[in-house]
Amino acid sequence: MRDVAIIGVGMNKWGELWEKSLRDIFTEAALLAIEDAGVDHIDSMYVGCMSSGLFVDQEHLSSLLSDYLGMGPIPATRVESACASGGLALRTGFIEVASGLNDIVLVGGVEKMTDVSVAGATFALSTAADQEYEVYQGITFPGLYALMARAHMQKYGTSRKQLAQVAVKNHFHGSMNPLAQYPQKITLEEVLDSVMVADPLRILDCSPITDGAAAVILAPLDLAKKISQKPIVKIIGSGHSTDTIALHSRNDLTEIKSTERAAKIAYDMAGKRPEEIDLAEVHDCFTIAEICVIEALGFVEKGKGGPETEHGLTTLGGKIPVNTSGGLKSKGHPVGATGVAQAIEITKQLRGEAGERQVKNARVGLTQNMGGSGGSSVVHIMEVV
Amino acid sequence: MSSPKYWREIPQRYRLEAGKCKKCGKIFFPPRLICDGCKSREFEKINLQKEGKLLTYTVIRVAPSQFIDQTPYAMGIVELNEGVKILSQVADCDFDKLEIGMPVRIEFRKIFQEGEAGIICYGYKCVPV
Repeated sequence: MRDVAIIGVGMNKWGELWEKSLRDIFTEAALLAIEDAGVDHIDSMYVGCMSSGLFVDQEHLSSLLSDYLGMGPIPATRVESACASGGLALRTGFIEVASGLNDIVLVGGVEKMTDVSVAGATFALSTAADQEYEVYQGITFPGLYALMARAHMQKYGTSRKQLAQVAVKNHFHGSMNPLAQYPQKITLEEVLDSVMVADPLRILDCSPITDGAAAVILAPLDLAKKISQKPIVKIIGSGHSTDTIALHSRNDLTEIKSTERAAKIAYDMAGKRPEEIDLAEVHDCFTIAEICVIEALGFVEKGKGGPETEHGLTTLGGKIPVNTSGGLKSKGHPVGATGVAQAIEITKQLRGEAGERQVKNARVGLTQNMGGSGGSSVVHIMEVV
Repeated sequence: MSSPKYWREIPQRYRLEAGKCKKCGKIFFPPRLICDGCKSREFEKINLQKEGKLLTYTVIRVAPSQFIDQTPYAMGIVELNEGVKILSQVADCDFDKLEIGMPVRIEFRKIFQEGEAGIICYGYKCVPV
């Protein structure tokens, strides 16, 4: 396998982009990435997208988007794994470059979620759960994570306030990200007083509905060293694992095993331990998710995710800052784009381009992207060379 | 919901029909074609017992469109006596008295109705014992 580097990143402001189409938001991000990389062509591309069919009635995105990007006949592939589509697209592009099949590969992610009503978006998202044995019964995604939260609170004593602290922290980080959908700082009291969605989760425990796209350019490390004018970020570990998509079929409702397994594969490939990670972007679709994920990644012991978050371990300035971009919570969660945007934040941090939210001396970063209630997880580890 | 999509799940939704692996004894609900443990493809059809305990719960306050008329409603994951876990609504309960570990039993109930001319969808819910 060849070594693979990220040589370009591109992303525009996320939000409710009613005046823009899916093809336009994708093309904008892809062009920014191509410009940032300083390349004049791409050999192939992958697009992470969960459900353009349900959100904008459009499938066959791979050809549509390569055409509108002006890249005509290149091979283009759409990748779907619910909310982990972007992370999986990155892994697929990584494998293609590592294999030697192609050199310059664009990995993008996109979701256009506001062309449908909130009920329509809720339905589209619910297709990431088991339609016949979860959704049929009346469950929602906040509901599934609420079931995990309740189990975590019972088993480990995780408090309602500790959940809220995840949201407060990520909005604090997001307030320093000009591309975030909701860059407002929020207080513990605001989270604890916000509208209840599925007990114990309130609206400010949930990530929003977002239109957005993100793109990165991958190249073999040798070529990257010749053509790149910027610090080069190498992908040193890539892990992917699946689990039952039905939450109730899992042995322990407080653990995200797909993330644990994907992380182990990525750590082993990278030759790194959790203590050697300087910062991480993780899948905080709900506040409880970030707590379970930092436990699954080995940043904290099982059951300590809540207290360690409260003590500032994962806040900018703490031992391992998590979601300096604002995370899904503040930056937004256009599902197919999320995994790619996580890689953009890590790349910017490792290049020293993160501005006000820069993590000092950041050399090794990790991304964790997951689908549904943890039915799929993708973990990448990156290092600046 | 199309008729075939509804009809083919009736044995599970109405009678809790599951598949028990003839080789290793693992029970699958819904039934599967291959055992994820021993890889056997031979199963015996069994009906699950209708008693178990609540492993976790929530109260849904923002519901999918076909459930809006029922909000708020409780949902939980139930471990049945055989060890099989299912997700269902917790009906006829006082939200404040829900507790992890509480005994429940499974009942046949209406789940939702698809408008005036649509299918009335039935299935299982649990109720506190």
